[in-house]
Amino acid sequence: MTAMSTRAKLGVVVASAVLLGTVAAGYAATAAQAPRTPPPAGGAQAVTLTSGPRLLAITDRHVSTVAATDPAGPRTVAGLECLRVYAAAGTGVCLKPETAWSYQVVVLDAALRQTRAVSVPGLPNRARVSASGRMVSWTTFVGGDSYTSSGFSTRTGILDTRTGATVASLEEFAITRDGRGYRNADVNYWGVTFTADDNRFYATMATGGERYLVRGDLAARTVETLKENVECPSLSPDGTRLAFKEAVDADPAKGWRLSVLDLASTRVTATAEVRSVDDQAAWLDNGKLAYTLRRDDGQPDVWSVPADGSGTPTLVIPGAESPSPLT
Amino acid sequence: MYLSTVSRPVADQPGSGPRRRRFAMVSGNVVALGTVSLITDVSAEMVAAVLPLYLVLGLHLSPVAFGVLDGVHTGATALLRVVGGFAADRFRRRKLIAGVGYALSAVAKLGLLLAGRSIPAIGAVIAVDRIGKGVRSAPRDALITLSTPPEALGRAFGVHRAMDSVGAFLGPLAAFAVLLVVGQSYDAVFVTSFCIAALAVVVLVLFVREQPDGEAADGEAADEINGPKVSVREAFGLLRGGPARRLVLAAAMLGLATIGDGFVYLLLQRRMDLGLRWFPLLAVGTSLAYLLLAAPLGVLADRIGRLPVVIGGYTALGATYLLLAGPVDGWPLIALALTLYGAFYAATDGVLIALAGPVLPARLRTTGIALVQTGQALAYLVSSVLFGLAWQAWGPENAIRAAAVAVAGVLVGTLLLLASPSRLTTRKVPR
Repeated sequence: MTAMSTRAKLGVVVASAVLLGTVAAGYAATAAQAPRTPPPAGGAQAVTLTSGPRLLAITDRHVSTVAATDPAGPRTVAGLECLRVYAAAGTGVCLKPETAWSYQVVVLDAALRQTRAVSVPGLPNRARVSASGRMVSWTTFVGGDSYTSSGFSTRTGILDTRTGATVASLEEFAITRDGRGYRNADVNYWGVTFTADDNRFYATMATGGERYLVRGDLAARTVETLKENVECPSLSPDGTRLAFKEAVDADPAKGWRLSVLDLASTRVTATAEVRSVDDQAAWLDNGKLAYTLRRDDGQPDVWSVPADGSGTPTLVIPGAESPSPLT
Repeated sequence: MYLSTVSRPVADQPGSGPRRRRFAMVSGNVVALGTVSLITDVSAEMVAAVLPLYLVLGLHLSPVAFGVLDGVHTGATALLRVVGGFAADRFRRRKLIAGVGYALSAVAKLGLLLAGRSIPAIGAVIAVDRIGKGVRSAPRDALITLSTPPEALGRAFGVHRAMDSVGAFLGPLAAFAVLLVVGQSYDAVFVTSFCIAALAVVVLVLFVREQPDGEAADGEAADEINGPKVSVREAFGLLRGGPARRLVLAAAMLGLATIGDGFVYLLLQRRMDLGLRWFPLLAVGTSLAYLLLAAPLGVLADRIGRLPVVIGGYTALGATYLLLAGPVDGWPLIALALTLYGAFYAATDGVLIALAGPVLPARLRTTGIALVQTGQALAYLVSSVLFGLAWQAWGPENAIRAAAVAVAGVLVGTLLLLASPSRLTTRKVPR
């Protein structure tokens, strides 16, 4: 090699570049050929968000509905692509891809028409609509600046669909932690759930390695901590309990147990679901929770379990995620 | 060689006349190393750009798991960097060690394909990539110093760092292009990234030379390289006293003045109430300033001395901090802050090594550079934690003002360590 002329070396570099380029292009070509299931045609019916005994969910990245009585049965799939969806009282929220890098929060009416869109940073993670259909919330994850530096932070926003007022990120709210004012650069929020007054809400706040349940006041722009190790709260329709994911041994690396907090007594009941649930559960009614679990290959299924700790988990919608009852 | 030569303008020397200026701006080895860095950075930034998408949307992993993947390895990387630097010096195989570092990072790209959804496996792959990065930078920088006459080191590092950041600039675009062509196949991005990284290793093997080329190398380097093997004792001797220890101390102190990109951009975004989706562009703006200023500031360092340029760089950092708490607002704030922040990188990253190079004996240069870089990295870890605490206690505005004060203190300390006149003229680098 020492005897190689510059010309010969350049030749080797060019040959390597051609060879490696062919490998990359060949791989890309086979990867690109992998067929993407086109969204099945809607058939006779279209997906709507009107109240009824149906469940809303995401099937292969598209909005779909199934009959509540036969959730594993025929599915109506819309052409609308969303990564996460939720609906209540005829208002829907969809976290929709805008480009390969960016997402939009899209507010939908009962006929699945877009009424508002907000561009958001990062990767969509949670979405909620208040029971009245007025308030919409979302959480996205924003990547660290580089491969090797700090990981993710979250942005949680709230939109009032009646006034159009938007909170781009809850990080602007004043914090009371354990009764005292608190601030920190590392504060992150995720998983909002609204109360019936459309002003108070519950959410997760993380700071200093701890994750807290917080109660927020939108008008006052404040949050206060209530309890540690409560993530992704979801308020029951009767407003008395919060379903949430509780990190096993308070360590998220060990997974989460789907649990229910009784707000009056602050007693926590673990559900019969022992697999790790990384989701903001949805209440199908006052006694039943629905949530997404992933198989080993990453394919999602919607499962359900009683909220009082009894019974066993049942598979509800195979091959779907992001469940929401249509109330 | 006197330390004074690193902080005082150096008169033109034979061989650096106008003809060489024009046609041989930097040595072939520096161009080769710059090319390797450019190609490698395209590969690395491609992956960096899609990794969050891949983990969350491709694998459906929880971002909390991503946080678990992070951290932890910093201490191990620091140790390996010094060990790698010492091995490069002892066996006089700087090219080999640098090559191992580049190869490790290349293999890590394929590792991402094999790791699947296993969080420990992905964590291991990222650790390998990071180790590769840690191991290669000191021998690479040592090779640059050994293939460049001391009076042109600023320019050499400037050109190298500019090429490096061009690669970092192109990387996300390349990832974008691949995703446009193949849809959501992150695997294709990783395979492409691996192929690009492998090409960089080929260029390194063929074009980077271990022995400094005769005409450009500093005489001392060739001289010392033929001595007996470096011992561990000798390596520790670097820290026992003399200019090398002062340099490592100064580097660590300077590291204490940096709070990290994350905080700087966060503060800027808060001040501006900037649409959150524009957040990533702040880093792009800084890189652009860095890219454009690296070479000119390197040349300036050769003209007026490296220490003044490093001092200027940290002054720019202090000014950036003050701006973040200051009266300027709106787009002027963004433009000014990002330019100053990019100038800080351009004036310090390569120039500090250009300053360190000639002070470190050639036979221990890789170890010395590794110590300087490690000192800086560990100090930065401490300072970012301290800044987080200051934010919590005093709020963001006062914390950033405190950081600006810290910059001023660190600058005074650095000047005392490196520019004290008695030390400059009396301390001789052991030969």
